[in-house]
Amino acid sequence: MDDTKFNIEYIAHLARIKLTEEEKTLYGVQLGTVLDYIEKLREVNVDGVEPTSHPLPLINVMRTDETKVCLSSEDALRNAPLKSNNLFIVPKIIE
Amino acid sequence: MLDSLTITDAIDGLSKKEFTAHAIVEACLNKIYKVDKKINAFLWIDDADAIAQADIADKELSIGVTHKEKPLLGIPIAIKDLISVKGHPLRCASKILDKYIAPYDATVIERLRSAGAIIFGRTNMDEFAMGSSTENSAFGTTRNPWDLERTSGGSSGGSAAAVAVDECIAALGSDTGGSIRQPASFCGCVGLKPTYGRVSRYGLVAYASSLDQIGPITKTVQDAALLLKIIAGQDYCDSTCISEPAPDYPAKLTESIKGLRIGIPKEYMIGGLDPDVRNAINQAIKSLENLGGIVEEISLPHTEYAIATYYIIATAEASANLARFDGVRYGLRLDGADPLEMYYNTRGKGFGQEVKRRILLGTYVLSSGYYDAYYLYAQKVRTLIRRDFDNGFEKVDLIAAPTNPTAAFKLGEKSADPLQMYLSDIFTISCNLAGICGISVPCGFTNTTPRLPIGLQLLGKPMDEEKLLRASSCFEQAHEFYKQKPVISEE
Repeated sequence: MDDTKFNIEYIAHLARIKLTEEEKTLYGVQLGTVLDYIEKLREVNVDGVEPTSHPLPLINVMRTDETKVCLSSEDALRNAPLKSNNLFIVPKIIE
Repeated sequence: MLDSLTITDAIDGLSKKEFTAHAIVEACLNKIYKVDKKINAFLWIDDADAIAQADIADKELSIGVTHKEKPLLGIPIAIKDLISVKGHPLRCASKILDKYIAPYDATVIERLRSAGAIIFGRTNMDEFAMGSSTENSAFGTTRNPWDLERTSGGSSGGSAAAVAVDECIAALGSDTGGSIRQPASFCGCVGLKPTYGRVSRYGLVAYASSLDQIGPITKTVQDAALLLKIIAGQDYCDSTCISEPAPDYPAKLTESIKGLRIGIPKEYMIGGLDPDVRNAINQAIKSLENLGGIVEEISLPHTEYAIATYYIIATAEASANLARFDGVRYGLRLDGADPLEMYYNTRGKGFGQEVKRRILLGTYVLSSGYYDAYYLYAQKVRTLIRRDFDNGFEKVDLIAAPTNPTAAFKLGEKSADPLQMYLSDIFTISCNLAGICGISVPCGFTNTTPRLPIGLQLLGKPMDEEKLLRASSCFEQAHEFYKQKPVISEE
């Protein structure tokens, strides 16, 4: 497992997770071990094998198009860390 | 003593007016006061709410509502902390959902309520169901009632320990790679993972959506059959839910298993198997044979690749599912100068170690340039694992195996080494990848002091829970291991 392959800072950025220096080192080593283990899969010949994304042969499920009771905006906002005027408040996005 | 009732016995006594639902709930609450400081199976319980539900049930019973109409009337069922119950906390044992109150009932909860059940508290788990020991809970681990120095298993460790120690009559858990069956086996209960799609996932906080299933953790197989019958069946809120109605599982339990073909996968009786577990499983297999089963060896050749496959697929799905915890709409928020910084800070502080590791791994296997090498590759191996079972089930009706290579391990024994923890799930993970059904049923004890329960795992074809339950029940009735209970000093 070489470091160039698994760049923990880049992955943490993609996952939007801030890591401490200790965490970067620890997870880097631990995930390196796990990825080495995962390499075991290369022993398996998967030529011509269809991937399984789901255990069921799913077909599109339709229901009748009718109005049903759903969460009120009050209920939907109940757990909001910050709200005002029936809206979620977030840090400024546009300069 | 009412806390030690099974669902079946409680229904019997309630209908004969031998005791009230109020008295059952009080007995369970008393047990929680006495032992839960040692076990830590419950994260939250509202006594007044539970008693109020019991009083409503008693009132219905007194005006003549029967268990034919409401099969679980007056029965307290504990709920794993990742199933949504309106007005109750829903934290998934994570700091990131601290203070979150669920705004709606999961479909399984709606069904339990319509059946008259008492929704009884929140049980501990590994954070977001990621783990095999409940050590990843942000609110302290759950200890094994048979030996407090050992793990209750995970991720549904709280549900299993609560059932084992009679803090409730039964519980719901969820199983993504063994999270119902493994803790049930470690704590000496029955744990059933239904076929993928048998039970609605609406209101279950998603970990790995193509693997997750809700299922019962109970004292007996009969109880598991009763609960499954209530929670299974089509749901328009979950399009992956199978439309076939739930059969009357309890009614079929007493039929004999004469002539049932039972396969023993040679890849499961491996070197790393604990000698006590091997012994117990071999005896269980003999017993199934004595009961009329026809035992033969089968092969599931891709077994050794299941864990690697799982940790690609499950973490990939988790990284997508857990993206929703961003501090915007609910849960913890740590401020930042801009939204990006808010996400970094919130997720960095809100998630525990194992959750961060799995999100990072999942993000990596899905990242640009690696998708084909990891995710797509694992999906192809998943096909081969499924085919192993398809081939196996052409020869046999059920597969019998250990639930775990060992009995409950010690707290701290594997928590520093994620890979060792992952490897302990070798016998339970394939079932989820293949989408089939599986159960763990007590089959004996280790020769250690204190002794620890051992679980026999039976695996069935998709939608064949009926055979799974019938064989387990037959085995259970022949041995009655469920009558043996852990003893916890109450001082």
